Amino acid sequence: MDFLTTVEIEAISLSLKISFWAMVWSLPLALGTAWILARYKFPGKFFFDGVIHLPLVLPPVVIGYVLLVWMGKQGLIGGFIHDTLGITLSFSWRGAALAAGIMAFPLIVRAIRLSLEAVDQRLEAAARTLGARPITVFLTITLPLIMPGIIAGCILGFARCLGEFGATITFVSNIPGETQTLPIALYGFSQVPGGEEAAFRIVVISIIIALFALAGSEILARRMHKFIGSSS
Amino acid sequence: MIKFDVRKQLGKLSISAKFESQSLGVVALFGQSGAGKTSIVNMFAGLLVPDSGRIEIDGRTLFDSEANINIKTEQRRIGYVFQEARLFPHMTVRGNLFYGRKRSPSEGREIDFDQAVLTLGIGHLLDQKPFTLSGGEQQRVALGRSLLANPDILLMDEPLASLDSVRKSEILPFIETIRDQFDVPIIYVTHAIDEIIRLADTLVLLDNGKITAVGTVEELTCRLDLRHLTGRYDAGSVISAIIEGHDTKYGLTSLSFAGGLLRVPKINAAKGDSVRVKIRARDISLALEKPSGISQINVLRGKIQEVGTLRDRYDGTTPHDIDICVDIGVPLWVRITRLSLDQMKLSVGKEIYALIKSTSIDRQSLGKQAPKLEEKDEYRTFRNS
Repeated sequence: MDFLTTVEIEAISLSLKISFWAMVWSLPLALGTAWILARYKFPGKFFFDGVIHLPLVLPPVVIGYVLLVWMGKQGLIGGFIHDTLGITLSFSWRGAALAAGIMAFPLIVRAIRLSLEAVDQRLEAAARTLGARPITVFLTITLPLIMPGIIAGCILGFARCLGEFGATITFVSNIPGETQTLPIALYGFSQVPGGEEAAFRIVVISIIIALFALAGSEILARRMHKFIGSSS
Repeated sequence: MIKFDVRKQLGKLSISAKFESQSLGVVALFGQSGAGKTSIVNMFAGLLVPDSGRIEIDGRTLFDSEANINIKTEQRRIGYVFQEARLFPHMTVRGNLFYGRKRSPSEGREIDFDQAVLTLGIGHLLDQKPFTLSGGEQQRVALGRSLLANPDILLMDEPLASLDSVRKSEILPFIETIRDQFDVPIIYVTHAIDEIIRLADTLVLLDNGKITAVGTVEELTCRLDLRHLTGRYDAGSVISAIIEGHDTKYGLTSLSFAGGLLRVPKINAAKGDSVRVKIRARDISLALEKPSGISQINVLRGKIQEVGTLRDRYDGTTPHDIDICVDIGVPLWVRITRLSLDQMKLSVGKEIYALIKSTSIDRQSLGKQAPKLEEKDEYRTFRNS
């Protein structure tokens, strides 16, 4: 791949890797959270809902700073993780995946929750009467029916992860080959004299990745419609 | 045996219901909307938990608050046909039909797949998705799906209510066939008396969460004290009869019943078939002597058994007519004016002739007990009420 520089390849693969792992940890949690929000009523639900949405309304730098304080090597949770699991989050790509996942979390929850609320629970009751246990009902009825929501959530979340900047740079800084994702690389080039050309190349790469993601999501959405069996 | 005895508080509605019935044929739960019919089937299904009580089907306890038994819905071996078809949209018709079947218990009855598909006429739909199906087809698939799960009992909660009258008369024969061919007891919820006359063997009358009466359709539809539940305008007697023969020249069918012979417009059933006839009280007149030179072809002799009590209407006025029960071998309800009652000096024990206009016997109210599929088209032409 001669037409890409080493820095660019690193940034691209790092961006994809961080976004992928961010989705891996946040998607199951988001599914559980969406389930609780869509299906249960409990005291403090309003507060819980608010906390989930914080990353959407707070400046990303605030999230990054809080992560740095709590999840850093000296932090309350980060220290514990470092001592027990030997994993350092701050200034590593793992921390970037954590930060990106947190920023994307409310978007994924919202998408899944909407589709969960649209599922006709009478279908689930019908499945129960046909001999299916609750877990089977979830796997054979609910999950297939909310698949479009899950996919929408994944695409939104993945895009948010790719674009994540504020929380990431605050928490894990700008380390080439470790935490230097595409947006951070772009920021870096824009800060040095004569970096315009390199910055422009990153812009083009970002646009291409975004277009691919959009096309992929469109194909998936069409397949889903066919699968769910709606006429639209 | 089906044994049901529960109490449940649902908002303002307090359900306290107890009934027992043979677990064969169709047990109809009948009552106005809001009487608690759906809640009762949901308690059979385990979708609603009673506050206290006991539910038992054929010796199997599904719920017992004292013994702390509450079998989970998926383990109750019930088939539930809802008002809406509730087909799984992401599965084909075949997938829907097999959903309960592949999870059904290995022991117990086994419904034949091919026979059920053939009976319901859904063989050509197997590979389609539910959204391509018409409302009637969807409900037929839903019937098949519940039936093919090999249930101990089928629950049907107004399965015809969301269909238009044409679709209704299209589905009714299928439910009759399920009743007659597959030997699964059915609990059928409805607020349409016509469906009950067509389908039901046992009738459970429900009013405001309480059970008012349990009995055969013939018994209960004849009871005056239940008239406010079974309907006043269309009130009448339901009589079981057997096809005696057809008169092709005049297009009439003779029916024999406990009180003699009845002639009705020709019906499409074989000699020896048993049918149920509904005769509306307002379609019968009375005569003191055997009349001659009249156009009514059904004249039946009987004795006055009961004169109904007058109940003032809500606005305080007294109705102009009154219901009289005449014993012609079976109880027959007749509605006449109060003027006639006084002029004819009618009282209990008096011998009397009941004049039934044969044309007043609504063909739709003939509940066949052994329907035939090829007669499907005929049902479409039935008048709707």
